[in-house]
Amino acid sequence: MTGQETAQAGAASWEELVTTALLGTDRRGIGRAAVRGRKDAATALLDEAALHTVRRRAGLRPGSAAPRPERAQDDPRPALPAAARRRLALLLSDRPGTGSSGRRGSTPDLTELLPQWLAAANDHGYAAPAELLPALLDAARGRTDLRPPALAFAGPRALWLARLNPEWKFALRTTPGGSALPSPEDSEAVGRLWEEGLFAERVALLGAVRAHDPGAARALVESTWSTERAEDRLMFLDSLRTGLADGDEAFLERALSDRSRNVRTTAAELLSALPGSALAGRMARRAATCVALDALRTGITVEAPHECDPGMERDGVVASPPPGRGQRAWWLGQLVEAAPLATWPQRLGGRSPAEIVALPVADDWQGELHAAWCRAAVRQQDAEWSRALLGAASSPGAAGPGAVSLAERAKLLGTLPEQERAEWVAGFIAAHGLSEAFQLLGVCAVPWAEPLGGAVVDALNIARDAGSYPWSFSGVMGLAERCLDPAAASRLEALTATPDETEDGAPGAGGYWAEAFQRLVGTLRLRAVMREELAGAV
Amino acid sequence: MTQQGVRWTADQVLALAPDAASRKAGSKLGAAGPWSEAGSSKEGAVWGLCKGSGSKPYQTVVDTAGPAYKCSCPSRKFPCKHALGLLLLWAGDEGAGQAIPDAEAPEWAEQWLAGRRRRAEQQEAPDKGESKPADEEAARRRAARRAERVTAGVTELEQRLADLVRGGLASAEQTGHGLGEETARRMVDAQAPGLAARVQELGVIPASGAGWPVRLLEECALLHLLDQAWLRRERLPDALAATVRARIGLSSSAEGPAIRDRWLVLAQYDTADARLTTRRIWLRGQESGRTALLLSYGAAGRAPELALPVGLSLDAELSAYPGGGHRHALGERHAPAVPADLRPQGVDTHAAAAAYGRALREDPWLESWPVTLHDVIPTPVGDGMQLADADGAGALPVVPVSRPGLWRLAAVSGGGGVTVFGECGHRGFTPLTVWAGDGGGAVPLC
Repeated sequence: MTGQETAQAGAASWEELVTTALLGTDRRGIGRAAVRGRKDAATALLDEAALHTVRRRAGLRPGSAAPRPERAQDDPRPALPAAARRRLALLLSDRPGTGSSGRRGSTPDLTELLPQWLAAANDHGYAAPAELLPALLDAARGRTDLRPPALAFAGPRALWLARLNPEWKFALRTTPGGSALPSPEDSEAVGRLWEEGLFAERVALLGAVRAHDPGAARALVESTWSTERAEDRLMFLDSLRTGLADGDEAFLERALSDRSRNVRTTAAELLSALPGSALAGRMARRAATCVALDALRTGITVEAPHECDPGMERDGVVASPPPGRGQRAWWLGQLVEAAPLATWPQRLGGRSPAEIVALPVADDWQGELHAAWCRAAVRQQDAEWSRALLGAASSPGAAGPGAVSLAERAKLLGTLPEQERAEWVAGFIAAHGLSEAFQLLGVCAVPWAEPLGGAVVDALNIARDAGSYPWSFSGVMGLAERCLDPAAASRLEALTATPDETEDGAPGAGGYWAEAFQRLVGTLRLRAVMREELAGAV
Repeated sequence: MTQQGVRWTADQVLALAPDAASRKAGSKLGAAGPWSEAGSSKEGAVWGLCKGSGSKPYQTVVDTAGPAYKCSCPSRKFPCKHALGLLLLWAGDEGAGQAIPDAEAPEWAEQWLAGRRRRAEQQEAPDKGESKPADEEAARRRAARRAERVTAGVTELEQRLADLVRGGLASAEQTGHGLGEETARRMVDAQAPGLAARVQELGVIPASGAGWPVRLLEECALLHLLDQAWLRRERLPDALAATVRARIGLSSSAEGPAIRDRWLVLAQYDTADARLTTRRIWLRGQESGRTALLLSYGAAGRAPELALPVGLSLDAELSAYPGGGHRHALGERHAPAVPADLRPQGVDTHAAAAAYGRALREDPWLESWPVTLHDVIPTPVGDGMQLADADGAGALPVVPVSRPGLWRLAAVSGGGGVTVFGECGHRGFTPLTVWAGDGGGAVPLC
């Protein structure tokens, strides 16, 4: 605001008064006109200053307006139902680190429900309420995993807002240039952004174009390929993973002779995921020479490669093994991994994957061979091979057909249809309990389909009866809160009561279990309510 | 207007929380899990049993008409997390009536509710008998004695101010709090708490950064003006004399006639110091067009009892305090507050600044004046922000209550014009509530 000083003749100016007051009237006089004899100088100065102060305040006028901000883009999505809006405000007000005690009580952990809420809201295609955008951006700032769904939900106005506050810069990085990505069909604008854009913008652009027209995206990459830096080439190549098709083969084949080893390896990996590619064929021939039926045709013999020739290296085989691994086994693993799985029934007497996996393997090669097939099954997303390699869910872990680790099993499960995944994990839990199930549960579709949900609840119940403490299962409990079907809540009701202490149980465990089950039931109910709110049913 | 079925929003409930930790704890309890035997009555009572860590559940009951709370938990927070959780559950349960069905209050809740009704009836009952003349005489004598003490304090303060100006404000920078602390104590002794508070603030100005001599001189001069006004109060117009008494810190009671109206809650915000939480609630009468301020206090760490979340409309009687200011006391409420989709009429920045200027005629010590700005654009300027008229005619600098509030203001505007209620003063405009340009409810900024 600007004050309009209308200093009258004879009266001391405001600046003069301040200077005099600062130094003291004993040292510096004030304008003679202001001192009217009867008062001492200090009182006269205060009189004068009071007049000035009130006059200045009364005369304040608005200042001139700064250049006005650009307007945020309109968000055409429909508004949230009122109940869902209130729920979001609640979820956002429950921020971690605000005076929480260590132990989890019997009440739901709201922060954990935010990702689910956001995903559901995005499925409905709602627009975010403007007044909650700052809280939403703050939440996304603290949790990288929240950023994609939060920013998708937050929409164009959040990007507009993020430009005002440096703390929200991440939003501009994550969604480059705001929502200013040109339409994938606007080839001129796409070309311009590809030529001139920042790296993050170009990656996002490539992703958008790839989703729209895979061939156009490849052409875009090829158009500037020779001038890109190695790291950028790697990233662009990686973008082609989505929508990979036979049409990409020629380009990938050329990338096999790239200057950068990482680029070459990635190109080889992509090619091996195309079973019809020339590279896959070459790998199939190489792998086939190493693996054969024995003389009786009832087992497998393995003859690992004796050298890694330049042809193999060009096709992405890494010549030097990591410390502690034998060279030949290392090469074998890479060949088998990159060979199309369809090679093997042909090569091994027309057997099915399950029969092949059941064949004995001579000379301790079984581990290497099965592990390589696991990697191939994951890379080629082959459900039949995955099924064979996973074996029966109830078989003991270490004796599984591929002796595969939990991490590998989780990946293999990822190639199976959702229902089959749930059934397999349910079987696993029924046989082995929950202690190793966490990773496997993580790949199951939410909400958990039956019989998986029932298996988890039964296993938790067994763990409680066995007298252990609930926090030994806090990981699975947390997952169950987020992933169990809300319809299971009524079944769990009986478990929320505090049982009598048993002699062999851990002291007080019963109460903690009751609390944990209360939280589970409470969370499931809340999720059901959240779903209804978003559907506009409440 | 039926009282039934009017439930608050979660925002309104959360606005009752005394602090952020309570808000969080309350949010967690706002789900069906820990609650049992919950219910609500047509009269606006809500109750329930909340399972805590002990074997016996806590008994929580809330009278939403107050609102007033009772809970058997040992928390000293007020309202406690259980009361907040219960209200959230009630608020979220709108229409469904699953978690909190309509019911008769159980005995433990009814006891407390009945006690409240009884006390309310007693208060409404007319005072018995007239106060005796002897009492009035004694009261007059007490008032005269107090006035003498205030006058003695004022005279001493005048002396100290003159000494300060004689020796130079520069010395105040060296002595630091010297003038503030000790003089403030003297003013407390003189039973002039208003002066004491002003003197206290005087003490911290030298440490307040660039331009402090100007601010210190302004405050000294206004204090001097108040002293002089007190010494000449007999010659002032009644309203101004009442303002001076209020500024000095002499308590008065709301004597104005009761004004019944539907009062729209424009803003509610708390300020706290070490000892006291002060809550300001701005209301606007839909019929009278009158703007009113309700003040309520709570001990540090406790939310003041009166809570009127923004966006509600309240059918109630208010009566003004003497002196022509905004301060009112809340009298009888005729119905529970209900959500109202209304927004106040607004003016442009020039009219807002002029309104503050005019108000200074009645009260030259005014820091700010409540104003609604219409069609202004929150515009970032450097680190700060201004509210600019959409036609670019003028702009007021924003003095934020909180950073998050400022971001909410920007978010709601999206670069377009909004309606903003706030306090317009000599330092700028403090936005308290915003309404989006394209419709929608009130969004509190503090």
